[in-house]
Amino acid sequence: MLIIDNIHARIEEKEILQGLSLTVKPGEVHAIMGPNGSGKSTLAAVLAGKSDYEVTEGSILFNGKDLLDMAPEERAREGVFLAFQYPVEIPGVSNMNFLKAALTEIRKHQGLEPLSAKDFLKKVSEKSKLVELDGQLTNRSVNEGFSGGEKKRNEVFQMAMLEPTLGILDETDSGLDIDALRIVANGVNAMRSPERSFVVITHYQRLLDFIVPDFVHVLYKGRIVKSGTKELALELEERGYDWIKDEVESVKA
Amino acid sequence: MAYEGDELLDSLTSKEYEFGFTTNIASDKAPAGLTEDTIRLISHKKNEPSWLLEWRLEAFSIWQKMTEPEWAHVTYKKPDYQAISYYSAPKAKVKLNSLDELDPELRKTMDKLGISLEEQKRLSGVAVDFVMDSVSVATSFKEKLGELGIIFCSISDAVQEHPELVKKYLGSIVPRTDNFFAALNSAVFTDGSFCYIPKGVKCPMELSTYFRINEAGTGQFERTLLIADEGSYVSYLEGCTAPQRDENQLHAAVVELIALENAEIKYSTVQNWYPGDKNGKGGIFNFVTKRGLCDGYKSKISWTQVETGSAITWKYPSCILKGDYSVGEFYSVAVTNNVQQADTGTKMIHIGKHTKSTIISKGISSGHSQNSYRGLVQINKSAENSRNFSQCDSLLMTDTSGAHTFPYIEVKNKTSKVEHEATTSKIGEDQIFYCLQRGLDMEQAISLIVNGYAKEVLNQLPMEFAVEAQKLLAISLEGSVG
Repeated sequence: MLIIDNIHARIEEKEILQGLSLTVKPGEVHAIMGPNGSGKSTLAAVLAGKSDYEVTEGSILFNGKDLLDMAPEERAREGVFLAFQYPVEIPGVSNMNFLKAALTEIRKHQGLEPLSAKDFLKKVSEKSKLVELDGQLTNRSVNEGFSGGEKKRNEVFQMAMLEPTLGILDETDSGLDIDALRIVANGVNAMRSPERSFVVITHYQRLLDFIVPDFVHVLYKGRIVKSGTKELALELEERGYDWIKDEVESVKA
Repeated sequence: MAYEGDELLDSLTSKEYEFGFTTNIASDKAPAGLTEDTIRLISHKKNEPSWLLEWRLEAFSIWQKMTEPEWAHVTYKKPDYQAISYYSAPKAKVKLNSLDELDPELRKTMDKLGISLEEQKRLSGVAVDFVMDSVSVATSFKEKLGELGIIFCSISDAVQEHPELVKKYLGSIVPRTDNFFAALNSAVFTDGSFCYIPKGVKCPMELSTYFRINEAGTGQFERTLLIADEGSYVSYLEGCTAPQRDENQLHAAVVELIALENAEIKYSTVQNWYPGDKNGKGGIFNFVTKRGLCDGYKSKISWTQVETGSAITWKYPSCILKGDYSVGEFYSVAVTNNVQQADTGTKMIHIGKHTKSTIISKGISSGHSQNSYRGLVQINKSAENSRNFSQCDSLLMTDTSGAHTFPYIEVKNKTSKVEHEATTSKIGEDQIFYCLQRGLDMEQAISLIVNGYAKEVLNQLPMEFAVEAQKLLAISLEGSVG
């Protein structure tokens, strides 16, 4: 599904990703962990196609297509969804109209007619239950006046509505209390399927108690320096990142 | 990666002005220049009574003593008033009995503008008056409205058929001495719309006037007079376009509204005059005086404007709140792109007790344009317990455009309350990226964000107009993020 090969990416003059490789197969959940500044959010931005980042080397294949060759909206229509770490507010634009427009574009790309108003509303009511999003919130302007937790739930709600094949969660757990965390995780788990993959970027092991990953990768200085299973996350929780940094430095020396 | 920035910008900004066509019909056009003789010619062509000719000539002498105002935040080369033709009319052979007898070329123009009168008749129930260059060429629904006692016709017809009303109200809200452009208009106005709603009548359909400048080297000076008698209601729409020409054309209109006791007037404008090209060549100078008088107890006047066109806009639709408990409202979206300049806003003059005004202004500046809000809230000593709320927001699409706010507030009693809020923000790249990431393209993203920003104002427009306005906003701003 997703094959990232030796990606180098920089913002302005600073190289952040320095040869990152990662392969994600259909249905898999990969957790990306790592200390601050290791390049986690850059990876999310590069996958989504944020223009501030320049890819200088390497390739990314998504379902056999060259992802780097696509505009951000094409990537979205092909099935890449990014749940933002800091979802923006768009005043005056109702969450519903926004989602209707997005869904219509994605369906058009798939050669499908827009959903009728009735079917759309049915889908909204079904999917909003997944993240226990209050009916009122779905009618408000996009993220405007939402609490931090509501914004994150709205991201997962949007993902459920748009049904991507690859969901990228960029620190979706940050700023959530334990109840909200459980709700968000349940929403994601409900979407897991043999066709759909997730890349879950997080600082903390905690989220991975709820969204159990197939693989855990440690990102350090713009590369994946260690990969393992769920146990690796537990080990990181216990021992921190220093031992990994030491390992990496000693290999270099 | 995604967009080759400049390429996209170019392809979008070079999108042509959609209404830039001209109509090939013979016109009856006066030679350029302005003298007393020109005015006599206009008055004669229109078969006007002598009082109106005298009124015009006085206006002309007032105008000659005035100088063109320079206080607005705009720069332009002043028009040569002697190089303009002050009268141009599509040549009509005989007085038309029905719209079916219209010149086919004229019909084509209307169709291109989306004014299919037949269709309007059947579907939307909007009565339309169409003014091309200097004269009104078609008014629909006249008879149906007539049954209710509503008069809706060109001002030229009103002069002939209802001289007592015209004489009583013409210039009563915007006197000839008011300003340079109003004086000029009073001297040379050639047509426009007239509307009278009798006591207690709620006008059952939107009334609409469509203004079109067609002929080269002409100016358009229309005059609109709208009177809502006691307890009546009317919603009035005004749309404007012009062909694409390399010269600047002058549009100096005057609109006067009068709302008597318990009457309500809702006046909506979607202004899409040709804005000039990317480098500022050509375009309409839109120097317009619009003012409404809330004359009676609990009367209400509401202005809503969506301004996207014109090279230069100089326009301050205002309300004089004379009746106690009268209400004035001003909702505005002004978009400037490329090198357009807009200086627009409102005046709310509170005279009656317990009067209330609301001002919501949303400026959107793109390209290298300059966009200014200029407003006056004046609460006189007599206007006890009055209130005003003003909100002036500016949205910058580029680093090279400018947004300015010039609010003037004068409060002369202690029982009134005035609130003013102002914000300036830049359209967020993060907002755009968020939309792109959900599968929307750049144009949809901008359209969505800008329409969301302007929503409070767009919500005030009648339904059919709101949809048009939304599209227009999107077109005016295509490819404008930098």
